Amino acid sequence: MIKFLTKGLLRDRSRSLFPVLVITLTVTLVIFTIGFMQGMLNNLLLDTAVILTGHEKVVTRAYSEESQLMPNDLALMDVDQLIENLEQEYPLVDELGRDYPNFFWTPRITFAGLLDVPDENGETKAQGPVIAFGIDFLSNGSRQVEIWELERSLVSGKLPENSNDALISSKMADQLNIRIGESVTFIGSTMDNAFTTYNFNMSGTFNLRKGQTDKQMMLVDLSGARAALDMDNAASAIFGFTHSLYYDDETAVALRTEYNKIKSDSLDIFSPFMLALRDGNQMGTMVDISGAMMAIMGGIFLVIVMIVLWNMGLMNGLRRYGEIGLRLAMGESKGQVYRSMISEAVIIGLTGTVVGTGIGLSITYYVQENGIDYTKGIEALSNSSMVMPNIFYAQVTPDLFYIGFIPGVLATVLGTMLAGMAIYKREMAQLFKELET
Amino acid sequence: MIKILISILSFAFLLGQSNDMSVQDIIRAMDENLNAKSRVLTSKMVVHGRRTSRTIESKNWVIGIDLAFTEYLSPPREKGTKMLKLGDKLWTYSPQTDRVIQISGHMLRQSVMGSDMSYNDMMEDRPLIELYEATLEGSEEIDGRSHWIMLLEAKVKGLSYPKRRAWIDKEYLLPTKEELYAKSGKLLKTSTMDGIKKVQGRWFPSRFIYKDELKRNSKGTEWIIDEIAFDIDIPESRFSKALLRK
Repeated sequence: MIKFLTKGLLRDRSRSLFPVLVITLTVTLVIFTIGFMQGMLNNLLLDTAVILTGHEKVVTRAYSEESQLMPNDLALMDVDQLIENLEQEYPLVDELGRDYPNFFWTPRITFAGLLDVPDENGETKAQGPVIAFGIDFLSNGSRQVEIWELERSLVSGKLPENSNDALISSKMADQLNIRIGESVTFIGSTMDNAFTTYNFNMSGTFNLRKGQTDKQMMLVDLSGARAALDMDNAASAIFGFTHSLYYDDETAVALRTEYNKIKSDSLDIFSPFMLALRDGNQMGTMVDISGAMMAIMGGIFLVIVMIVLWNMGLMNGLRRYGEIGLRLAMGESKGQVYRSMISEAVIIGLTGTVVGTGIGLSITYYVQENGIDYTKGIEALSNSSMVMPNIFYAQVTPDLFYIGFIPGVLATVLGTMLAGMAIYKREMAQLFKELET
Repeated sequence: MIKILISILSFAFLLGQSNDMSVQDIIRAMDENLNAKSRVLTSKMVVHGRRTSRTIESKNWVIGIDLAFTEYLSPPREKGTKMLKLGDKLWTYSPQTDRVIQISGHMLRQSVMGSDMSYNDMMEDRPLIELYEATLEGSEEIDGRSHWIMLLEAKVKGLSYPKRRAWIDKEYLLPTKEELYAKSGKLLKTSTMDGIKKVQGRWFPSRFIYKDELKRNSKGTEWIIDEIAFDIDIPESRFSKALLRK
């Protein structure tokens, strides 16, 4: 029966080609739009994750309570061992048998102080406050340059190659009148709160193009930060990111809960404590709002697309009014005709959906890898304090593999079913009258 | 009845004492004990952090209230670090960076070597009589020793602690306990002193304990005076910026 219907559809292109094309296009659009929206919202979260929170962040219990003060005297110790444990023991499989996404873990030191620029006599020429991040740039396989998008953000000079190399925001470099290759002295406190001064060599300047976020920012290699702050094998935090850089709130929360249950001692203020991205300041609300926005926007779009395809199914059925009348007159039962129409709709819907899903996923994957650059538009907003990504990436997520079937198959079949209802309402006497004319 | 009697006797005693010495006399005597024309001292600062304690040794040369030079002797990370105070200016030299850096602005409120003392605390050593208006609040026994309780309120602007309350030992004429307040009345720091002994005819403590009350879970900083000599000749050249790098 299916073979017979498929042959019929292939031989009569007027019945199959146009509906399949419409469904393919629509499903492609659905997949790409939803993938792009998910990617955009993920990009907004990723910016915060890269700079402040990670997808997961391990700190000491005491540090988490005072994190606004950057209290490095409460930093994590034996960081190499902690990271090794995290890599070995996670991913885990949760109680539902799902794998937690694979994370990569990287230490981070966040510190603040003054940046002092010397004149030719070594006396202070200029001084300004600085917020610095000690990031693991130089380890083998480190993805920090990639996730900070530093190659694109570099304004002048080069990326850090030595432990005392520093990248300074172009805004701060202009303000303090520092040139590439010059030495600048960081003045601050070690993890023992002792006074410290440390010379960094300015290897380059960067502009994250995220408004005022990087106004006083300095990026140094972790080893340089450790030397400056006397933090041997210590770190303010260990950041965890999924390999895909896609934040899945549900699994992040599950991993955080699991880790804290097993590894964290509520009576020990220095025991490690994991925070999911949503646990950061107001980030929970942002994650919830972006999830709700995604559901509402995706839902509305899906409903509109369903109406279009449902209507197409309906029109297809009605267009075949005469053919169906003839088949009934030839003795085919109403049920047979109705079932064959629905089967045809299922075949058309499935074909269009599979092809549309394939094309949609391909386009989404391409935009996931290459992004769409909005730099010029975002630069126009550079005075805004809002942290905005300037390249939007789509995101291929598991739901994109099946979401196209809702409009592609379901709506088409529903439309056909409604059109086919007319078959049952036609009287034989009326039918022959129609055929005579 | 007994309570009333004790109160009357205490009040009479208080009046008797303050009749012997005016409030101004007490403050002046306290200043004379704590300040000198010059002093050279070797000390240890024990900083009790939330994780560990560190001991930092230093040697200080001080003339009056305007000139001070400090050289840190240990631990290795701090060894060779020097500080110079000339009037209201403060420079620090760190051998790791080979830089002389002026500490100014909000950095003066930062902790010295991670202790509970700020650079401002080190800078403000003018006699109390010049800075504060004192009021006698009462009397109290601490560890079996009789103390006056004195409220000191700033009479000049720009002090780190516009208000302080001192418990002054009646025999040693030293503030064995002090509470240092912000203008709003918020308690910022407390300090105590003990190990008081006679040095060159004056009572002087051998240990101070400072506690920054704004630091949560702070265990305070001990400042232990190992050696101290008053009123000795220190050449002016000791207080030159050139000496910071030597």
